[in-house]
Amino acid sequence: MESLSSTTLEAIQLLLSGNAELWSLIGISFSTTFKAILIATPAAFILGYLLSSTRFPGRWALISLFNSLLSVPTVVVGLLLYILLSRSGPLGDLKLLFTETAMVLGQIALAFPVLVAMSLASFKAADQRVWETARTLGAPPWRAFATLLHELRYGLAAACIAAYGRIISEVGCSMMVGGNILNHTRNIPTAIALETSKGDFSQGIALGLVLLLMALGLNICITYLHRRSEASA
Amino acid sequence: MNPAVNQPVSWGAHARHKSLLNTLLVCFCLSFCNSLLHADTLRLATTTSTANSGLLDAILPEFQRQSGIEVHVIAVGTGAALRLGRDGDVDVLLVHAPKAEQAFINSGYGSHRTSVMYNDFIIIGPAADPANIRGLKEAGEALRHIAQQQATFISRGDDSGTHKKEKLLWQQIQILPKGSWYREAGQGMGKVLQISNETNGYTLIDRGTWLAYSSKVDLDVLVEGDPQLFNPYSVIQINTQRFPDLNHQGAAAFRQWLVSQPTQQLIANFRINNKALFVPSANTAVAATQVAE
Repeated sequence: MESLSSTTLEAIQLLLSGNAELWSLIGISFSTTFKAILIATPAAFILGYLLSSTRFPGRWALISLFNSLLSVPTVVVGLLLYILLSRSGPLGDLKLLFTETAMVLGQIALAFPVLVAMSLASFKAADQRVWETARTLGAPPWRAFATLLHELRYGLAAACIAAYGRIISEVGCSMMVGGNILNHTRNIPTAIALETSKGDFSQGIALGLVLLLMALGLNICITYLHRRSEASA
Repeated sequence: MNPAVNQPVSWGAHARHKSLLNTLLVCFCLSFCNSLLHADTLRLATTTSTANSGLLDAILPEFQRQSGIEVHVIAVGTGAALRLGRDGDVDVLLVHAPKAEQAFINSGYGSHRTSVMYNDFIIIGPAADPANIRGLKEAGEALRHIAQQQATFISRGDDSGTHKKEKLLWQQIQILPKGSWYREAGQGMGKVLQISNETNGYTLIDRGTWLAYSSKVDLDVLVEGDPQLFNPYSVIQINTQRFPDLNHQGAAAFRQWLVSQPTQQLIANFRINNKALFVPSANTAVAATQVAE
């Protein structure tokens, strides 16, 4: 096997040479993740808010449910979705299995609990007076909610970034419901799995580098947001 | 189906919320339509051996150029591929497990099974050859040696065509492989080859994958040429009655294209290190008789 350094060098060359196939699957990775977060976030935040501000029977059960869903294995989500979306399954008529949409659905299912649990923590820590003041000043509930979101923007952004971290790197669900089809459903993690099985390590490393750089960038963002929220508090 | 889409509907009546909701729905529908608008695509479930060896990359662009149909390749083991065909999740199959294929046709899941090409299986292992099988003429004999010596053997263990063939070989010599020397990897061919390489084990492998990967591993071909190791590939269409709305036209076009003279020539010309990986068989009677087994 080639040495790690020469393979890494080859990987960097591959990235810089603008290899179309490589960049296509990087694009797929980010587009599915972006769509999933975009779709999951509004409902998750509203649910997180409701769980923090209202009291109803079963509330604690629901909260523990979302907390345990945080650690549900991605392959289990993949399996369930596969069974649902297969042509012989209950949602087979939608013809979604092995499409990018199926991957987005899987990622929504994975991101949703993270967004709910982390936004719930944020809403709990929020100053109740924000909501009350806004309401007293005559804001309709949605406007008061918007104000609250604005107040909590750093914590909520951190929730989005954590959800991103959960789904950008998952291979189990994407592989099962996406099928790893070149230029359509092959994303970074499934490609790394494939290239490694083919013994082609340089492309795997190149893709790993992209993920690492993104993780680094996001971590810097999180730290920055934390410092901002501390400063503003 | 997913709460993120349904929940906001009952929520805000305010215009700004509506526009946000609309944007989200449009986003979702766009990604949804994306998959439906590509009517001219054909889903091919095939084995890791045809995809990972590079054969499909070499020949499929020609099909797309001629027919305008884009082929989506889903590379899995033959067992999984047949299952995808049975469930109507793909349009056409290219697989290599004659007995399972026959059962698939007999159960009414597929039709128009046509032989496309063949290569052969070989048994590879460490150059030191602890079970002393180098040069044996019969694959069964070689497996018997391996079992007696309890030499490490890596099985695909994934119900692929190669795994089915391996199980058949064990069955024929009436040995039930068991013990710490017999390891079921549950992975594709390339991965199993690497595991064999790292653990100095023996394994059964199709020649196509072997030729494509052999430069990356430190193993030798030890047993080859046994007629038992014949490995034919067939294309199968999915039953039109069970799933009327699959791309059957595309599947038929693909099948006919695969067995056409120019494509058969393309398959014959596909080489790695100047060695042919597959032998086209659509136009020979030899393959047809041997497929019957």
